[in-house]
Amino acid sequence: MNPYRDRRYVFVAAIILVGLVLIVRLFQIQVLDKSYEQYALSNAQSIRVIYPARGLIHDRHGKIMVYNKAAYDIMVTPRLLEPFDTTELCRILKISREGVKERLATARSYSYLVPSIFMKQVSYENAALLQEKMFQYPGFYVQTRTLREYTRPIAAHALGYVGEVDQAILESDPYYQLGDYIGITGVEKAYEKYLRGKKGKQVFLKDVHNQTIESYQGGRLDIPVKVGANLTITLDANLQEYGEKLMSPYVGSVVAIEPATGEVLALVSAPSFSPELLVGRNLRTEYGKLVKDTLNPLFNRALMAQYPPGSTFKTIMGLIGLQEKVITVNTEHSCSYGFYVGSIHTACHLHDTPLNLIGAIQNSCNTYFIRVFQSILQDVKFNNTADAYDNWRNHLLSMGFNAPLKIELTNELSGNIPKSGYFNRIYGEGHWNYLTIRSLAIGQGELLITPIQMANMTATIANHGYYFTPHLIKEIEGVESIDQRFTEKHYTTIDASSYEPIVDGMELVVNGGAGSTARNAKIQDIIVCGKTGTAENPHGNDHSIFIAFAPKENPRIAIAVYVENQGFGTTYAAPIASLMIEKYLTGEVKRTWYENWVMKLLPPVAPAVRKDTISNVKNEANGPQE
Amino acid sequence: MDRRNNIVATLDWITILLWLVIMTFGWMNIYSANIMDADNGILDFSQRFGKQLIWIMASIMLAILLLVLDAKFYIHFSYLLYFALIGILLAVLVFGKEINGARSWFVIGGFQFQPSEFAKPITALALANLMTSHNYNLKKFRHLAKAVAIIMTPPLLILLQPDLGSVLVYFAFILVLFREGFSANTMIMLMALGLLFFATLLMDKAVILLILVIVSLVLYMFVVRSFKKGLVNLVWFAGLFGVLSGLNHLFNAGLSLFLLGVVTLVPLGLTLVVKGFRLREYQQMKILAGLAVAIVFIISVDYAMNNVLKPHQRHRIYVTLGLENDPQGVGYNVNQSKIAIGSGGFSGKGYLKGTQTKLHFVPEQSTDFIFCTVGEEWGFLGTTFVILLFVGLLLRLIFLAERQRTAFSRIVGYGLVSVILVHFMINIGMTIGLLPVIGIPLPFFSYGGSSLWAFTMFLFIFLRLDANRLELLR
Repeated sequence: MNPYRDRRYVFVAAIILVGLVLIVRLFQIQVLDKSYEQYALSNAQSIRVIYPARGLIHDRHGKIMVYNKAAYDIMVTPRLLEPFDTTELCRILKISREGVKERLATARSYSYLVPSIFMKQVSYENAALLQEKMFQYPGFYVQTRTLREYTRPIAAHALGYVGEVDQAILESDPYYQLGDYIGITGVEKAYEKYLRGKKGKQVFLKDVHNQTIESYQGGRLDIPVKVGANLTITLDANLQEYGEKLMSPYVGSVVAIEPATGEVLALVSAPSFSPELLVGRNLRTEYGKLVKDTLNPLFNRALMAQYPPGSTFKTIMGLIGLQEKVITVNTEHSCSYGFYVGSIHTACHLHDTPLNLIGAIQNSCNTYFIRVFQSILQDVKFNNTADAYDNWRNHLLSMGFNAPLKIELTNELSGNIPKSGYFNRIYGEGHWNYLTIRSLAIGQGELLITPIQMANMTATIANHGYYFTPHLIKEIEGVESIDQRFTEKHYTTIDASSYEPIVDGMELVVNGGAGSTARNAKIQDIIVCGKTGTAENPHGNDHSIFIAFAPKENPRIAIAVYVENQGFGTTYAAPIASLMIEKYLTGEVKRTWYENWVMKLLPPVAPAVRKDTISNVKNEANGPQE
Repeated sequence: MDRRNNIVATLDWITILLWLVIMTFGWMNIYSANIMDADNGILDFSQRFGKQLIWIMASIMLAILLLVLDAKFYIHFSYLLYFALIGILLAVLVFGKEINGARSWFVIGGFQFQPSEFAKPITALALANLMTSHNYNLKKFRHLAKAVAIIMTPPLLILLQPDLGSVLVYFAFILVLFREGFSANTMIMLMALGLLFFATLLMDKAVILLILVIVSLVLYMFVVRSFKKGLVNLVWFAGLFGVLSGLNHLFNAGLSLFLLGVVTLVPLGLTLVVKGFRLREYQQMKILAGLAVAIVFIISVDYAMNNVLKPHQRHRIYVTLGLENDPQGVGYNVNQSKIAIGSGGFSGKGYLKGTQTKLHFVPEQSTDFIFCTVGEEWGFLGTTFVILLFVGLLLRLIFLAERQRTAFSRIVGYGLVSVILVHFMINIGMTIGLLPVIGIPLPFFSYGGSSLWAFTMFLFIFLRLDANRLELLR
């Protein structure tokens, strides 16, 4: 009837063949092969994760700054739950019935099988109480975790904080699981790999009632927990604490570096906050408050604030002038209350005239350094101003400006030294000269430098021509040496010999007679070399800047102090730097009256010195830019 | 009254019984796979087993409704239904809801429904209508092309969603064409090309070429009935290939072995062609032509894979064919699925006592991987039972299809057989690691309303046609 009727047998055969193949295969895996039962058994293992204690953080003298305290999370595995006495659980944990329901629902929605957090960080007492009655609550268990604890409420920006991993990290790094902690900022983030240690694992076998009965295979699959490595960081906890105290009335920052190593001794950003705020359960709410704070305490000014360097930059101008051989130590320029060419005018203050290089630094003469800039930019070695300018700029780049120094902390900004092209665009090629951009010569205008770059520059001057990348790490337990990039000398393009007159000038700034701009930074028996500066602020009062290092021979500390909106460098920045140096070098500050004055707590009580201070302030007040 | 009695009497109750048994056993396993601590009874409609119970009841109503309709309805409205289907498939691309990366669902008042499931029975009806039209002849290319167009239009639209798993099922309709007289040789060639396609994706091209050459040589020996001639050609091939690869090595040309092999074959093939024409031995020419087609096919598949497709499309194809792990880990699924089934042993762990499936070790455990629960809780006895149920159903349907007096009913019947066979084979094959993981459900068994309804619709349209077999249609 139908010519292809016989083809039905092909179908019948195909169906029977498929059925047979499937049955044979099933016979093989279900009846013959016993290994799948073993696999299924191992699926019924229970794995308990053991969290290592996070490494401790010590300061440079071995004092503990960060340690751990135990915290107890109540965990729940929805699959293992059996009806339990809700009322008692509510009573122990002090939560409502609805709370229990809600928490269980959340846990179920995360996973039916994998334990999740039922309640975070309950107190030791509650955890102990629950632990005792645990047999009544199958499916629940207490997980011990560690939280950060701080010996002093300082160095929040440098230390950073620890928080729960987010989705992005969970996806990118298989080490972390939901609810794990990770360093989010600061040293905690930079050295997370060492601090976290390694999670351990214990494998148990369970019977059909899901009771743990024994260690699986005699513990052969267990992974021992590895405690996090302890760190020693370069901060001096006392100095850091003192710096934060001195800066507490102000907005600004202090960065202190050990010139011989590049180790950061203090990293203060004011206003700051206590690192204790960002621990555990409170993290989210406290973080929210800090974000809303109008003074922006989360903003790390030491690395992220960018200001013109002001007169501190004159030291660099002198260095480049000497290096390019357009001036000598004995080059003199005269100045009468300012710099005048035709209608162009930059004011200066009253001082002896004419001055040589050292005197010009001591007196912070504007005219002198505009002349130096003129000599640099009109140098006959170069075809035009732009080439001379770029050569000048290259010297600056060698000192670590215009790029992040790459300390371990994230978010460091680069500052800005404009290229000649920038001025070509604004004024037209060949239509600008030293007069057009003379404000750069005295550290104003387009220049932007961060406090850490400034401290690094001071360390470079203290070292007579080289620096180490500023860093926070001193030692990692169990690791031979710190990152090589921190032990590598960076030489500037300026010869060591050029630094001597600049250092001499800086010595006189603090220790000279009349005309010295920062005599209030002087410390008995210690030769402090410094330089004041004022960053012009178009938005309000100028910023007070002071850089210094001490002692002059074999300097042990280089420091940059920024106090926002407090006027001249001498007023507040210089005393703060002086007190910090005294604290670091002698271990204590004898001038408590001075301390109180700086902190605006008390009027000064040492009249002799006070007069000195006031005369200095007056002296500066004569010139708008010191 | 007469008519109703007629239906009850002529309806194939064996098939209906098998259908009910499969659905019930499927539901029991869905229940087992989904019971948790919060067990509010089987009527908990927030749980999958509760929902599936609704789908089963509804599908029984649907079955009755389909039986009440006149059989002629399915014939006369087949094209209309088909065009409506095309419209709906287009609409879902625009208005559909995206779930798991595929825009293949309509959401109406809390219910989700997947129109692509219903495309299979409707395509079968339209195909049957076309092939029973006046003077239709599968041997004519134009007529064949029309059939292929009807079969391939819905999957092309489904491909845009994209739901590659559902698309592959449409190749089942080739089996229907085969039953209706499509050339057996062409079928074998198509299957060989399919095999070659997978081989190209899976294996080294040089190895495939070697196998092809050996197969061709063996065929050649059969055709010319001379072992010696075959050997001579083999020696020529090996020698030439050796020289070429030596040169390749010497000059560091870095040509692939596959390319060298192809180059070796060219002079050899030309010689044989010239000889073949002279001696009028056209049989051996066919072998050569086949080899040439195969090589061109390999090269084009390889080229298309590496140069035409974009990386993400390539990845998608590899994942669908189970040749590459997706981020969720297809390999993990198969492994867990095999463990669950394998741990069931001969007689299983007992109903509701499985640990692997209930503990969510197995993914998609109530839809695509429902067979795992059977394997774990009912053991080898249970899995064999399910396979026998399906084999029985399929054989019964073939029997029914063959007793039809009209080609229309037979084509619909074979469409049903082919689609269920492919689903059955792929679904169970993937859970036991025989076939790549292609996410398609086990008919009447897996959780899911759309799938259950669509298969029920398919089955009962055919049973309605079967019940009318004694009346002469057309």
